[in-house]
Amino acid sequence: MADLLQFLMSGLTVGAVYALLALGFTIIFNASGVVNFAQGEFVMLGGMGTAFAIAAGLPVPLAALLAILGTAAVGVALNRLAIAPARGAPVVSLIIITIGAAIFLQGAAGLIFDKQIHRYPGFSGEAPLRLAGATLLPQSLWVMAGAALTFAALWLFFTRTLTGKAVLATANNPLAASLVGINTKAIMALSFGLSAAIGAVAGVLVTPITMTAYNTGVALALSGFAAAMLGGLGNPLGALAGGLLLGVLEAMTAGYVSSEYKDAVSFILIILVLALMPQGLLGRKSTDRV
Amino acid sequence: MKPKHLSLLILTLLVVAAPFFFPSGFYYRIGALIFINAIAVTGLVILIGYAGQISLGHAGFAGIGAYACALAPEHLGLPPVAAILLGAALSAALAWLVGRPILRLHGYYLGVATLGLGILISMVLSNEAQWTGGPDGIAVPDLGLRGLLRDLGWRVGAGELWYGLAGLVMILGAWLALNLFDSPTGRALRALHGSEVAARTMGIDVARHKLHAFVVSAVYASVSGSLLALMNRLITPDVAGFMHSVQMVTMAVLGGVGSVLGAIFGATILTALPQLLTVFHQYEHMVLGLVMILVMIFLPDGLLPSLMKRLRGRDGE
Repeated sequence: MADLLQFLMSGLTVGAVYALLALGFTIIFNASGVVNFAQGEFVMLGGMGTAFAIAAGLPVPLAALLAILGTAAVGVALNRLAIAPARGAPVVSLIIITIGAAIFLQGAAGLIFDKQIHRYPGFSGEAPLRLAGATLLPQSLWVMAGAALTFAALWLFFTRTLTGKAVLATANNPLAASLVGINTKAIMALSFGLSAAIGAVAGVLVTPITMTAYNTGVALALSGFAAAMLGGLGNPLGALAGGLLLGVLEAMTAGYVSSEYKDAVSFILIILVLALMPQGLLGRKSTDRV
Repeated sequence: MKPKHLSLLILTLLVVAAPFFFPSGFYYRIGALIFINAIAVTGLVILIGYAGQISLGHAGFAGIGAYACALAPEHLGLPPVAAILLGAALSAALAWLVGRPILRLHGYYLGVATLGLGILISMVLSNEAQWTGGPDGIAVPDLGLRGLLRDLGWRVGAGELWYGLAGLVMILGAWLALNLFDSPTGRALRALHGSEVAARTMGIDVARHKLHAFVVSAVYASVSGSLLALMNRLITPDVAGFMHSVQMVTMAVLGGVGSVLGAIFGATILTALPQLLTVFHQYEHMVLGLVMILVMIFLPDGLLPSLMKRLRGRDGE
């Protein structure tokens, strides 16, 4: 029982990160129809940025804020310089562009920061908490609470603010949105900035647990992508469900089956889900974008 | 002369003429590497360029071909040439089995499903260390061709031999792909690329043709992986990794995925570029990423087709 709880805890921690990654995918996909393979780089930039700002002597909250804002700027620049000019290109081209962006950001990070592995201490110390026989790092609570807070804030943003509703309108129908006076270009920039910031938040929160390096982005992107697909691409609630489910399943596989094949779970699941219910667990019935 | 024959002629001339410009023997190896990549990329022309289906997991099949050459001679006692065929057969069988359910998907969904397939294969290769040697890789037996030629009284260096052999296989592969283009199957593939609904109303069995393209391209990737393993005499699970899949697709699309020559041109650029960029080694990633983005934005048809258009003056602008 203690084992199960332990695996559940670590699964939910990783799952919260996947959920944030999947949420970032979802926002960009809804706004632009692009699946952004550079999403994992945002997480890496958030973590690396914070680590270096802390090393430079800044207090943790300021360092985290700077890293998140900087990453958001990178997201806006990515849209402006690479995605927007390729509007209407076929899927293959868009995939190559975002993978190219991921490789570019990885190379830039290796050059601007360095190629070492980095971490910084957890926000509330390193002493593990004991919970019914399972141990839990206080930082795990930060990750889960941070993810919950991000999802809640975004839900409020999308349902209660005019700007948030403009984002949803643009996602539904860009032409109609621009006809009612929404600046869809600005909304697109906002979506990329928001998505990058969410990725950076995940990076800031999880780096004390998983550590980070310039080349961690691609693997993260693939897992987050799997989570987004699992829940149904384009659905924020699906991102949450898919992320948590994937995290827990990976942890259970690592615990009970084989730690070597824990990463296989996401891809076996993906192939099964796509073959049996191509729209994901919570996806809409028809998402054919023609 | 038909365009098909012209393409083959150009290709053959380039392969034969290039060595006269090689400053050193090292370039034979780069040339062989280019041809080996070009074989896999030619397969992707059939899948992506003709049939319009994407795959982000074809390195998985290259992995199967490579490890067949490493393992079959040792465990099954097969000669390396038979191991190439075994790898190709295994890749074809796997592609046929998996292709059925996943080729119903479109766009990003197909991309992710194939990506998952490739990653699963590379995961098995690096985790089953008792068979595959794990992440450190495994030694591959000699093809034996050089010894055979020496017995016949013909001494060739390893670089020259692999340059010739890989070049030959590449030309053969290009010939098959070019023949396919105008065959009924090729026309059917291009028709379903344009519109699956329209193709179906014309009586084309869309699912079957897509599956055929997938299987054929998997065999190309497998042969490419086999040759890579036999040339390097050592193979690591990276051959099946995500980055290798991405590299293949990028080569194809960068050069121009609609044409065999274009795709081979892309393979040439992306294989040679890192060799030239060793001077700027620390900028390699940034330059590669930048090239990918810029070509896709400014030359969406790929380098060679865009270049040809400009040469013929049909640009219109």
